[in-house]
Amino acid sequence: MTESGADSRLTRSGFLTWLLGTSLGATLLAAAYPVFRFVIPPEVAEAPVNRVLAAKLSELPVNTGKIFRFGAKPAILVRTPAGDVRAFSAQCTHLNCTVQYRPDFQHVWCACHNGHYDLQGKNIAGPPPRPLESYRVDIAGDEVFVSKGA
Amino acid sequence: MNVLASLWRLLDERFELAPVVEFITHKEVPQHRHSWAYYLGGLTLFFFGIQVATGILLLLYYRPTAEAAFESVQFIVTRVPFGWLIRSIHSWSANLMILSAFAHMFSVYLLGAYAKPREATWWTGVALLGLALGFGFSGYLLPWNELSFFATRIGTDIVSKVPVIGAWLLKFLRGGEEVTGATLTRFFGFHVAVLPMITGALIGLHLAFIQRQGMHVPENLGKEAQQRKPLRFLPNFVMREGVVWLAGLAILAAVAAFFPWELGSKADLFASAPAGIKPEWYFLFMFETLKLLPAHVLGIEGELVGLAGFSLAGLVWFLVPVLDRGSVRGQRARFFLFLGWAALAYIVSFTVLSFAGAFK
Repeated sequence: MTESGADSRLTRSGFLTWLLGTSLGATLLAAAYPVFRFVIPPEVAEAPVNRVLAAKLSELPVNTGKIFRFGAKPAILVRTPAGDVRAFSAQCTHLNCTVQYRPDFQHVWCACHNGHYDLQGKNIAGPPPRPLESYRVDIAGDEVFVSKGA
Repeated sequence: MNVLASLWRLLDERFELAPVVEFITHKEVPQHRHSWAYYLGGLTLFFFGIQVATGILLLLYYRPTAEAAFESVQFIVTRVPFGWLIRSIHSWSANLMILSAFAHMFSVYLLGAYAKPREATWWTGVALLGLALGFGFSGYLLPWNELSFFATRIGTDIVSKVPVIGAWLLKFLRGGEEVTGATLTRFFGFHVAVLPMITGALIGLHLAFIQRQGMHVPENLGKEAQQRKPLRFLPNFVMREGVVWLAGLAILAAVAAFFPWELGSKADLFASAPAGIKPEWYFLFMFETLKLLPAHVLGIEGELVGLAGFSLAGLVWFLVPVLDRGSVRGQRARFFLFLGWAALAYIVSFTVLSFAGAFK
């Protein structure tokens, strides 16, 4: 067998290996892509919630708080010891727990990692890195409406 | 006896089993003052077996939806005969499995068994511990109670802090932006299909490596192991391991019967996290550390610093067979021995202090 014959055979087998390898790679990729897309759920179109009826003022005594539903997320309504009504996102900025109003502390508290927020939603102690998002509160008669964009 | 002998002949004729039996009957386990450590891996495997058996039983009644999950577990523990016991054993055995896996891992680490040529055994072992924690985390959510709901919110939020792919991972785990029924269904799938499949394969590899390489003898106990007569694997070691399993079963039966696992109250997606909320004990040291970290460390958010620290520590732990270069020659660096004891002291002290209520 001549040297050039050996060379061409090598090239041929190399080419076939390359072809097989890339075909296999492409097949795997073609199978993996749908799986990769499948595991992330589609966006469900939800009517954006910008304003909700959060509570009746008469049901919200001074120095208490109430969790209410703001779209898909929990939010908190706070009636301060002075009688003001304020609303914030109830999701702790630390690790996403739902906060609560502690009448004994007279401010907002997260039970998960002992995070404290003042009556303006500002993080004042514990691990939370940022203030709670605050919402706009409108009171019409006895009804308390909360909307985005404080 | 004749029936057994002819059955053996029948099988051996077809599958040539004689070499396998030969291997098992000649297998020996070295003896020295720390040979007790050889029983811990087997004990972990025993608890895993209990998990598989009780898990399959629970599957007969459990329903993985937000509407029915809590009620189905309630049905299991209140109406199904011995349902409370099966569920209690499943929960307790999970905890004992993780406890014995930790004991196994630390004994392997402190006795230096991770060194060459056993790197891959160490890596599969650490991966198995990770999978066990994954089992614990995903299984915790399944009863769909208040505590498990918030534990999952926190745990998945931690995952979202991973650079670049964090947001993708969060959606992948939660099945959406928030923890909902979609998350429960996913976790169920991970818990009963994905994790068992990977774990089964890795246990197979882990055991195959150990069979192929034999037991490790700590570097300073070589002489003692040579002087003492090794234990025959069959029947002596197997019988002793059996005693350890029986002890494990006795402890498990006692705690499962006398302290039935609580169910708590059903998860409410729009309720505040209850006071006194805590994760499972094996996550407590991380939980308390995250609580102690201030909001910002050197301008970076505290929890990010904490999570980066844990990730780095985990990586060092995983890579120790490579990082501890002297271990190849049987000369382990004192630093890594110290690191092992420090890690053990940190985990044990934070867990105990947390139970004692030292962290407010």
